Amino acid sequence: MPRTARGRRIAAVAVAAVTALALSACGGSRAGSPSLTSKGPITIWYSNNEQEVTWGKQMVKAWNADHPDQTVTAQEIPAGKTSEAVISAAITAGNAPCLVLNTAPFAVGQFEKQGGLVDLSRFPDGDSYIEGRSGAVADQYRSAVDGDFYQLPWKSNPVVIFLNEKLLAKAGVDPTDPSLGTYSGFLAAARKIVESGAAKVAIQPAPTNEFFQMNNDFFPLYAAASGGKQLIEDGRATFDDATGRQVADLWRTLYEEGLSSPEQYQGDAFADGYSAMAIVGPWAVSYYKDVDWAAIPVPTPDGMPVDDIHTFSDAKNIGMYTACQHKGTAWDLLKFATSEQQDAQFLDITGQMPIRPDLASTYQDYFSKHPEYGLFGSLATRTVEVPSGPNTVQEMQTFRNAWTSSVIFGNGSPADALASAAKTIDTLEAQP
Amino acid sequence: MSAAVGTRRTQERANPEAGLKHRLLGKNPLGLLFSAPYLVFVLAVFAAPVVYAVWIAFHDFFFAAPGADVSYPFVGFANFVYAFSNAQVVQSFGNVGVFLLINVPLTVVLSLLLASALNKVLHARVFLRVSFYLPYITASVALVGVWLFLFGGDGLVNNLLGPLAPNPSWLVNQGLAMPVIAVYVTWKQLGFYILLYLAALQNVPKDLYEQASTDGANAVRQFFSVTVPGVRPATLLVLLVSTVTGANLFTEPYLLTGGGPNGSSNTPVYLMYQLGVEQGLPDVASAIGLVLVVAVLVIAYLQNRFAGGRNE
Repeated sequence: MPRTARGRRIAAVAVAAVTALALSACGGSRAGSPSLTSKGPITIWYSNNEQEVTWGKQMVKAWNADHPDQTVTAQEIPAGKTSEAVISAAITAGNAPCLVLNTAPFAVGQFEKQGGLVDLSRFPDGDSYIEGRSGAVADQYRSAVDGDFYQLPWKSNPVVIFLNEKLLAKAGVDPTDPSLGTYSGFLAAARKIVESGAAKVAIQPAPTNEFFQMNNDFFPLYAAASGGKQLIEDGRATFDDATGRQVADLWRTLYEEGLSSPEQYQGDAFADGYSAMAIVGPWAVSYYKDVDWAAIPVPTPDGMPVDDIHTFSDAKNIGMYTACQHKGTAWDLLKFATSEQQDAQFLDITGQMPIRPDLASTYQDYFSKHPEYGLFGSLATRTVEVPSGPNTVQEMQTFRNAWTSSVIFGNGSPADALASAAKTIDTLEAQP
Repeated sequence: MSAAVGTRRTQERANPEAGLKHRLLGKNPLGLLFSAPYLVFVLAVFAAPVVYAVWIAFHDFFFAAPGADVSYPFVGFANFVYAFSNAQVVQSFGNVGVFLLINVPLTVVLSLLLASALNKVLHARVFLRVSFYLPYITASVALVGVWLFLFGGDGLVNNLLGPLAPNPSWLVNQGLAMPVIAVYVTWKQLGFYILLYLAALQNVPKDLYEQASTDGANAVRQFFSVTVPGVRPATLLVLLVSTVTGANLFTEPYLLTGGGPNGSSNTPVYLMYQLGVEQGLPDVASAIGLVLVVAVLVIAYLQNRFAGGRNE
């Protein structure tokens, strides 16, 4: 071997060794305080949603006024492609805040696997506080790995169907017609809307391939039709059944007949009158101020009393992160931020639903003053969440790939697509 | 040359310390000092992540909190097998192949033709050069918005085409989505490659054109016999750069089609983002990245071998 070539090779190995050393040094041990009782100043992040920022500021101000030795510094989640990517990066870097008041349930399993989340069940009153505040709904937020709580169920945005009353009137559809709650009635109305030219399409959920888009078409209808089944139960996918196929067939018909478009609309389809219906949460009440809307629960195959209907929660929760040095303060703040009084403020300022079983009765005044939120308040106690395992995102992406291919673009039968997705998801469920 | 080497070796033998210094620091040690900042930058920003990515690709790896009790066992080629058992990953490599087949030749041909034309234009020269360069320096996010309105179902292009408009429309058509992206990227990057060719054209001796003209060669003949061989090093550069950037395609499918319809515009880098960032599988993403690097190196070698010519 020529001397220079050997020299170059030695230099390359040396560079690799130095790099590996430097990288292993970067990953050295710097765990957060293991103590759950330590008190002191902490940092929290909240959503950049305007109303949530308003609520967050008043909450922090109220806390700081009473706890000068445990001050809270709050900021919006730093900008990134997604909040989850930012939080994941912060976990890896060891600089996550103590609390993130916008932790997506689908990401919790991954954060837990990363060692980024504090097990809230380890606080002496952890389980009792969470179960006491959220009731039986809290169970679906337990870890799929060890059954503990790594997130505090905070607030939900129960998904419903919004109707544009003017466009429906133009199409000759009565928004109060109970048959809209059945698949046949829903399809009949959709056909009338498009055939009459009242709107270009009847309903337009995002037809794109992001894993979370299943929460805007399949999942709410599956939750309703199945009477509140989760996507995965006992480590197996549930949706490869008659109910799942009914939901898929409904959407396939909508796309096949041009009642929904496979092309993403550039803008807000509902606000622009491109579609006459939309799948939305309570945020839509303040957002669609310029539209005369009515809200109905998502349809079910043969119709169902409103009080029996379940829907997707679209919840955001609170996670406590292991980099936190003062977990005792973080836990106290967490309880303060989700107290009955702060939940009242939250409901009033944001219109989002605190996850409480007695929501309607506890905040009776609010719902009497704001009847437009009544349906959301009722549904909030019957919400269904995505799975909480470490492979949830991979599983949701698997489902979405099958869905876009068969249901939206018409390649192959939806039944085969659901069966294939369920099989892959079962395999993923078995993986750590 | 052999005499010079012989002289240097004799000097080294006479003074072994000076010889070692010479071998380690080269003829001009000060040069190392000047190049050190860039060398450090390359090592820290490019070399270190590549080495780390190789390590990640062969281990069961995920990003964990500092101090978390996790292990990263060596898994051999398991991540590669996992990645390439996924039909979407294989499809994404095919998609980027389609992209390169359209984008690279189109880039070379159009940028050379336009650069030659711009080189001869006397009026509005600056305006034209800036016009071609403008898309290159404009943020992709802004330009993609314009293309979405152009190529959407109810967009300008379909309105102009009327009954000839494709159904499904461009960006939701499995056969057309990637070609539209390839054309978009060609258009966006063209200004940069035109600039490279314009610089190269200044080095083609004018005498050659005069001689060719004297020999009776018309403009087309002059282009193929003088211009094309004269800018060969620039052509190789354009080929290499457009291939490397094309193989790393991410922003355009991410913004224009979301990788759809049905994965037909998905690319390896877009999948790496989905797997590595969204799905918590950086080990599988690294395996895909390594295969992509090797594939690009092979293509670059072939381009250099067959289009590079010799520099003597």
